[in-house]
Amino acid sequence: MNALELNALYKTFGNVAALNDVSLCVPAGSRAAIVGPSGSGKTTLLRMIAGFEFPDSGSIRLNGQTLVDSANQVPAHQRLIGYVPQDGALFPHMTVAGNIGFGLSGTPASKQQRVEELLAMVALETRMSKSWPHELSGGQQQRVALARALAQRPRLMLLDEPFSALDTGLRAAMRKMVAKLLSEAGITTILVTHDQAEALSFADQLAVMRQGRLVQAGPPMELYLHPADRQTALFLGDAVIMPAQVEDGWATCDLGRIPVNHPSHSGPAHIMLRPEQLHLTPEHGEAIHANGCLGVITDRDFGGNVCTLTVELHPQVCAVSGQTTNRSLLVRSSGLGAPPTGSTVHISTLGNAHVLPGA
Amino acid sequence: MAEPLLLKDAAGVAQAAPATRSVSRRQPGAARWVVAVSIAVSLLALLPLAFVIGISIQTGWATIVQLVFRPRVAELLINTVLLVVITLPLCIALGVALAWLTERTNLPGRRLWSVLATAPIAVPAFVHSYAWVSLVPPIHGLFAGVLVSVIAYFPFLYLPVAATLRRLDPAIEDVAESLGLKPWAVFFKVVLPQLRLAICGGALLVGLHLLAEYGLYAMIRFDTFTTAIFDQFQSSFNGPAANMLAGVLALCCLVMLSIESASRGHARYARVGAGSARPQRTQILKGHVTGLALALPIFTSLMALGVPLVTLGQWLIAGGLDVWRMADILPALQQTFLLASAGALITTAAALPVAWLSIRAPGRLQRLLESCNYVTSSLPGIVVALALVTITIHIARPIYQTLVTVLLAYLLMFLPRALVSLRAGIAQAPVELENIARSLGSSPSQALWRVTLRLAAPGAAAGAALVFLAITNELTATLLLAPSGTRTLATGFWAMTSEIDYAAAAPYALIMILLSLPLTALLYYQSKRTAGR
Repeated sequence: MNALELNALYKTFGNVAALNDVSLCVPAGSRAAIVGPSGSGKTTLLRMIAGFEFPDSGSIRLNGQTLVDSANQVPAHQRLIGYVPQDGALFPHMTVAGNIGFGLSGTPASKQQRVEELLAMVALETRMSKSWPHELSGGQQQRVALARALAQRPRLMLLDEPFSALDTGLRAAMRKMVAKLLSEAGITTILVTHDQAEALSFADQLAVMRQGRLVQAGPPMELYLHPADRQTALFLGDAVIMPAQVEDGWATCDLGRIPVNHPSHSGPAHIMLRPEQLHLTPEHGEAIHANGCLGVITDRDFGGNVCTLTVELHPQVCAVSGQTTNRSLLVRSSGLGAPPTGSTVHISTLGNAHVLPGA
Repeated sequence: MAEPLLLKDAAGVAQAAPATRSVSRRQPGAARWVVAVSIAVSLLALLPLAFVIGISIQTGWATIVQLVFRPRVAELLINTVLLVVITLPLCIALGVALAWLTERTNLPGRRLWSVLATAPIAVPAFVHSYAWVSLVPPIHGLFAGVLVSVIAYFPFLYLPVAATLRRLDPAIEDVAESLGLKPWAVFFKVVLPQLRLAICGGALLVGLHLLAEYGLYAMIRFDTFTTAIFDQFQSSFNGPAANMLAGVLALCCLVMLSIESASRGHARYARVGAGSARPQRTQILKGHVTGLALALPIFTSLMALGVPLVTLGQWLIAGGLDVWRMADILPALQQTFLLASAGALITTAAALPVAWLSIRAPGRLQRLLESCNYVTSSLPGIVVALALVTITIHIARPIYQTLVTVLLAYLLMFLPRALVSLRAGIAQAPVELENIARSLGSSPSQALWRVTLRLAAPGAAAGAALVFLAITNELTATLLLAPSGTRTLATGFWAMTSEIDYAAAAPYALIMILLSLPLTALLYYQSKRTAGR
């Protein structure tokens, strides 16, 4: 069952379209990530779900209840939707306990018990309940903000780039903790972020936004390997995109013959490969392999565990245009034992190439 | 537990929603009455300006020419312009020098000098000139005017400049030096330009005080527009002569406002980029330079604090117990408290909607309202008082010479003080926090009460305190407007000095200074805190 249903949402600020016909369904208990560059309208969408903004037209339904449509609107405080903003936004005039207990009703004793439960849930010590927000580290502030949002047992949790202010190491740990906590609690969650790696790792379902439009939605792996267009392909990670001639499920390109995932397509097209699909082996002057081609390492970008290599292919006649090309590729290799600059390598491919639609 | 209830509520509202939809789509429900109150307050603030314009039209051009273009007015104009032109640069130089010494050098006892540079604010301007007249009886004229003005008003420049110096990003100075600038060049080319806003703002405040002050100049017999209007009013009550002088004075204030806003420019000086700022660099003073540098704060403190305290002490010792006429002093204290608390309360309450609007819904209307309040606040107390005398006599006779009129004058004169503090307070509570509160189940008005107003409370208290202080030391409007029989500390002090009973005036001055001290301390700590230290 779908917990959240967004249907044909439109919103303009002045004459800029912030949201343009956005529709999305999020299944109950799942985690969705909305990802896109700044200004793509993702935060507007989130604020609209929370009830801080209202659409010009379209409707939002949660668990079958209409939150907004052309006739009705439920104000933010009656939606029971949790919201964790980028900086945590803790109330500076309240202690940690005051912040977490803000939305709770009941006797002080029952409140305190619930606050302690919530602190334990986000892995903070009980003694911290008397601390003030300014005494906490960034990660602790985010945990308190999360506990505060969890306190009222929300029907939906909205996370607006909650990890972006944290250090790299802490960020991944927090992301894991939050994902685990929320799926254990069975709370449907929407994360907004401009960090594609974060979105890919966090979500069951990924939605890519660009210029107010929802470009593509689906499981992260699906979107990563089969993006709808070139921009989405490049937004979700490094990509090798090149012209090819496709026929009978095979693409002929500068890299040789590669199987494609669109057997029905035939004729000239652009194909996409992820750098990790390319495999390098040192060339020992043996006969040319059936699959693949030769190239020279022109640059090595050592990054610790991963080494990004620039490989210039040997000049060859392009399969599509018939012109001679000097193509450069980015290839990922293990940081250990990467071939040195200037050496000749053999490039082979793993898996299928993706044919970019309409490109 | 609360969940089903909330859902039911949601459904109920959903049914009722269509009727109110167009309102609630844009703004939280509170916005309408806030706008209405803000407009009412700002229209009220326009009264004095309307009076000046109205009275000019009523008087007619021929009479205006006769009253304005005469040697006496030229003499007043020259006096006033000379006072401003000589005092302002001296105040700026003194304020900047002291701020630099106390903020950016290793001067011994910098904290003490910083406190002592703020403290003269606690001494009302007319008490400063009382002290100098006591010390050097023949003192009078332009020189005396400039001397006492600089001493009484330089803290208005010191405070903002010191606060800005503390807040500047030291990295900019590091970069300038790495680009080959010598230390003195760094100061003049990089630091000083960034102080422009603080200097402009402080200079405007001092300039407006120079135009508006009555007691200070009356006591040392230096004629400015304000003293002339006051004399004119006392001799011929509400005559056109006083009104026209008030018109010229109002014009001077508006000219000063526009000069300030022109020199302020559009530049913004803020720390760009993330990361926490590092502490400021300090200039190490050595040997005889330290001695030379120490001379400035010592000399200034002697003039600005030593002279008033010593002369007050002399009068109190000379007067003995006889000058403490409790039958007079206690009622004055009580009335001052009454007026100042009522005025502070009313002014802060009136400023609240205007401040909320300017932070939460900035727009063209709000800017217009703000400039109304700004212009009025620049008009001297005497113009406001004249306006209210005229208007109450002609339109609202029942409130003529009542406390209502006095409180109204305080409201018009001191609204911006409450406004500035309140605005800073409300800005402490970003709208995001209100949103969070709403997502946690608080209705918009609950969110306003539980979050925004709680966070703005210190700002509101500071604003109210500033207004309280201003009313305690207010002389001109109170003299003109208060019902007969009213005696505040300031008017009591004035009555005594007018009878040349300086010893009897001393207890009033002492009480005013003591009352001002905690608030001066507040001002001092506030300027430290805005700097984020």
